[in-house]
Parts: sequence; structure tokens; C-alpha cells
Amino acid sequence: MSKHRNSSLRVGERPWTKWTLIGIALTLTLLILVIPLVLIFAQALSGGVQTAWDNLTDAYTLHAIGLTLFVAALTVPINLVFGVFLAWLVTRFEFPGRKALITLIDIPFAVSPVVAGLLYLLLYGSNGWLGSWLADYDVQLMFAWPGIVMVTVFVTCPFVARELIPLMQQQGSEEEEAGVILGASGWQLFRRVTLPNIRWALIYGVVLTNARAVGEFGAVSVVAGNIRGQTNTLPLHVELLYQDYNVVGAFVAASLLAGIALLTLLIKSVVEWRQSRQPEPENHQSEILG
Amino acid sequence: MNKVSAQVLPASAGKAKRVLPGFSLSLGVSLLFISLVLLLPVTGLIVQTSGMTLAEYWAVITDERVVASYKVTLWAAGIASLINGVVGLLMAWVLVRYEFWGKRFVDALMDLPFALPTAVAGITLAALFAENGWYGQYLARLGIEVAYTPLGIVVAMSFTSLPFVVRTVQPVLEDLAPEDEEAAMSMGASDLTVFRRILFPALWPALMTGVALSFTRSLGEFGAVIFIAGNTPYVSEITSLMIFVRLQEFDYAAASAIASVVLMASLVLLLGINLWQARYLKRLHGR
Repeated sequence: MSKHRNSSLRVGERPWTKWTLIGIALTLTLLILVIPLVLIFAQALSGGVQTAWDNLTDAYTLHAIGLTLFVAALTVPINLVFGVFLAWLVTRFEFPGRKALITLIDIPFAVSPVVAGLLYLLLYGSNGWLGSWLADYDVQLMFAWPGIVMVTVFVTCPFVARELIPLMQQQGSEEEEAGVILGASGWQLFRRVTLPNIRWALIYGVVLTNARAVGEFGAVSVVAGNIRGQTNTLPLHVELLYQDYNVVGAFVAASLLAGIALLTLLIKSVVEWRQSRQPEPENHQSEILG
Repeated sequence: MNKVSAQVLPASAGKAKRVLPGFSLSLGVSLLFISLVLLLPVTGLIVQTSGMTLAEYWAVITDERVVASYKVTLWAAGIASLINGVVGLLMAWVLVRYEFWGKRFVDALMDLPFALPTAVAGITLAALFAENGWYGQYLARLGIEVAYTPLGIVVAMSFTSLPFVVRTVQPVLEDLAPEDEEAAMSMGASDLTVFRRILFPALWPALMTGVALSFTRSLGEFGAVIFIAGNTPYVSEITSLMIFVRLQEFDYAAASAIASVVLMASLVLLLGINLWQARYLKRLHGR
């Protein structure tokens, strides 16, 4: 027994310890992650395929899908542009307040989504100082789609920058400096030198932004006003159906969102695999195949 | 994988930097965006709460039902983040140290709570833990009620914030130099001793960060919680829901007052975590 122990030089390498820990981890994964996922799709199909289809093609559900995609289509490009500019700023230049800026963009991660929604409602709602001024010009942002887009931009703005900053900091700016010396313009520099280096992190940042934009609930529920067929996004529609005791309908809508979540995880795995493959191609390829 | 080393920059970088184009443009875009999206909305809250007298403000934020919601939220978030500390450390350990069939799948799936919309997580957990649900029916036989009790809040909070601990501990565990551990093991120390004396001290700053992030997220969690909590006043109402309730009563002042408390708490936590990380990183590089 003691001989066996001495032969392993790292903690937890004894078979009994190792397989107990792996067993617990797999059981937890099954209970916490796999079964809940199975339940979503099982509930969606619990009334049969026809019922699921009828719920999916219900006019309100289709409208919610459309609105959700519309909101994501506006939010993602805005945060993509902001994220790239911010990451360029804080990783390529040294200036006072740089660290404070990096902390500031984490605010949406720390703030409760309900509080985020409330902040927008208080400013742009008809009682707010900006909202009442806008109301004079017949511009209504809250309880309408612009409000949903605005809070979604708030909630999802750190994702792209958060993915890019560590990577760009690590890569350093030598390649770009060489580009400048060779006479590249700003845009050429970004497109030819920076973009190829950050491509995968950028894709993952966009995917995360999209996943959160599509699924945001708390902030959107404060500013949307849940007007069926008007300001009901897919997550709000899930809540509405659930409270109407239409469990199948709620889970049909939920399974669409779960599908997007699974796609996000898949893209993340691919991106991580591509990133880890870049420096040492042979090594990691065999790992995948093995 | 190599996030920890990200802070190291070439020594010459500071001076050479302004060679690159786009400083004013990226500064302009970033400041404009941050001012409009992050800072401007706070003015609405300030205007709204400054219309209250101090006594009114105090009365709203110390209302009995609101205080009960602080307690439930803090307790549930505390327990949830401690559970995640244990489970997250175990998952990170198994994913880094062992090879087994399906490891890549488990690793990928670990981010599901972040990717899954909170409302979906909420109805799923509520269905699982309901009295006749897949888990609830077995727990009911043991006399444990999860759905529509404060315990449900803990379940929802720990589900949605589980990846924080796994993903902060994982890279540190991967980058850990094996020398000390191997030396201690070869001298015949037991697994538990080496873990306690050598590995845990190296891991705990990351573990603490993960638990703190998990706690912060749990304090603000809304979507997942409200479906499973039952939302009984004084018993299972979280603070985010109190804000929502006040809004539905069109009591904007009260909603703002409670929100200002939540906002300040989360900003203090965010600042604390950042300072903690800065100190911890400095210590790592100082060695």
C-alpha cells in the first residue's frame, strides 16, 4: 500500500481517490447540467410533436422570436464596435485612468439586471428628466423596442472587450508597430495585422454577446411592459406562457433558447480548439483525435 | 489557458506605444459609449432619490418587508457561493488533473449556466424541484421541499453562478508548478497533507475570487430565482423582486431607494474584487 503511494508524485493520483473524484464530478454534471437540459426538451415534446409545432408557430411566439432576433441584430454590432475600440485603447496605449476604465466596463456584470432596467426607466421614462424632454417631441423609448435594445446594450457591453483585452495584452503590439513602420494606415493595420490575431476571441465575444442579448430577462422585463405581440421578447414570452399555465408552450419557447445556448457552447469549444491549435498544431490535433 | 500571464508587458512597451494610430479615436468612442450607456442612466436614479427626504429614504430602505428581502438574498447568496466554492473546486480539479472519457464534453457543458437564459433556468429548476418533478418527488419523500421555499433560491443562485469558481480556479491549477508538490509527495506526505499545505494555499486566492464573483452574481440574480422562489413576502422575496414590486405599484421613489442600496452594494463588491485581484497578481509577480 505504502509502496503504491510513493510511486505517484502528485496529489490524488491513487486510483481509488482518482475514480471517486471523477465519479462525483460526473454525477454532479449529470444532475446539475445534463438532466435539466433533457427536461427542457422532454417538456417541450410532452404533448406530442404536433402540440409542440402548434405552440412554435403560434403568432405571438413567432413575433417574440422576430423581436428577439431584431434586438440581438442591433445590439451585437454596437457592442462589437465598442468592444474593439475599448480593447485597442486599453491594450495599446498607456494613459492615466486606464485601470479605472477597465473596472468601469465590469459594472454591467456586477449590477443586478433589474437595477439596470430601472436606471434606464428612470432616465428615459416619461417621469425622467431626459424622457419627459423626449416626450415633448413624441419620442417614446421605454415600453417599446428602443428601450429593450438600450438595456440589452448595457447588459452585454463587457463581453467583447473582456474577451479581447487579455489576449491583446498578451500578444503585445510589436507586429502592429512593424506595420506602422512599413507605412500601413490605421484601417489596414487593423484589418491585416490585428484582426487575424484576435479573430477567434472576437468570434467568441460576439457569440457570448448574442447569447446574453437573446436571453436577457430581468432588465428587459422592467422596460418592456410585456405587451403581447409588441414588446414581448422570447424570454418574456417564456414567463408569460408559464404563468398562463401553458407549460408545453413555455418549454417550446425555452427549448429554442436552450438550442442557442448549446450552439454557443459548441462554438466556444471550436474557438478554444482553434486557439490552442495555433502555436503547436501537431500536439493538439492528436489530443482531439485521441 | 494563459490568462494569468496576461499582465506581463515588454519593458519597452510604455514608450513605443504612441507610435500606433487611433488613440484619440478609440478614446473618444470609448468615453462616449461609457458616458452614454453606463454613467448617464445613473443620473436618473440620483434625480429620483434626491427628491426624497432623508427620513423618507430611510423609511423605505428599512421597511420590514424590504429588510426581510435583504436577509433572504444575503443568506441565499452566501450559501450558494459556498456550495459553488466546494463544487467548483472539485470540478476544476477533476477537469485539470485527470483524463477520462467525456472530459471535453463535461468541460464544454460547464458554461451552460452562463449560456442558458435565466428565465429558462428558472422554469427548468422549478419543474425539476416541483412536488411531482423529477427531483422533487424523491426529495419530498425525505421531507425536503425546495420549490417555493428559500432553499429554491439557493438552488437557483448556485446553478446560475457555478461557472465562476470553475473558470477562475482552472487556469491557476493548470499553471501550478509541480516541484513543491512532487517534493512533498516523494518525502512521503499524505495526499491530504500536501493538498492542505501546498496546493490549497496556492489556489485559495483564485478560489476566493471565484466565490466572491459567484456571490456578487447571486445577489443580483433575478430571472432564475423568481420562478422557483414562490415569492412569499417576508419569507422568499429577494431584493431585486422588491424593486420590481415597487415599480408595479408605480412607487418609483421607493424602487429607486432600494435600487440605490443594491447598486452601492454591488459597486463596493466589484471594487473589492478588483483590489483583491490586483493585490494577488502583484504578489504573484513580486516573487
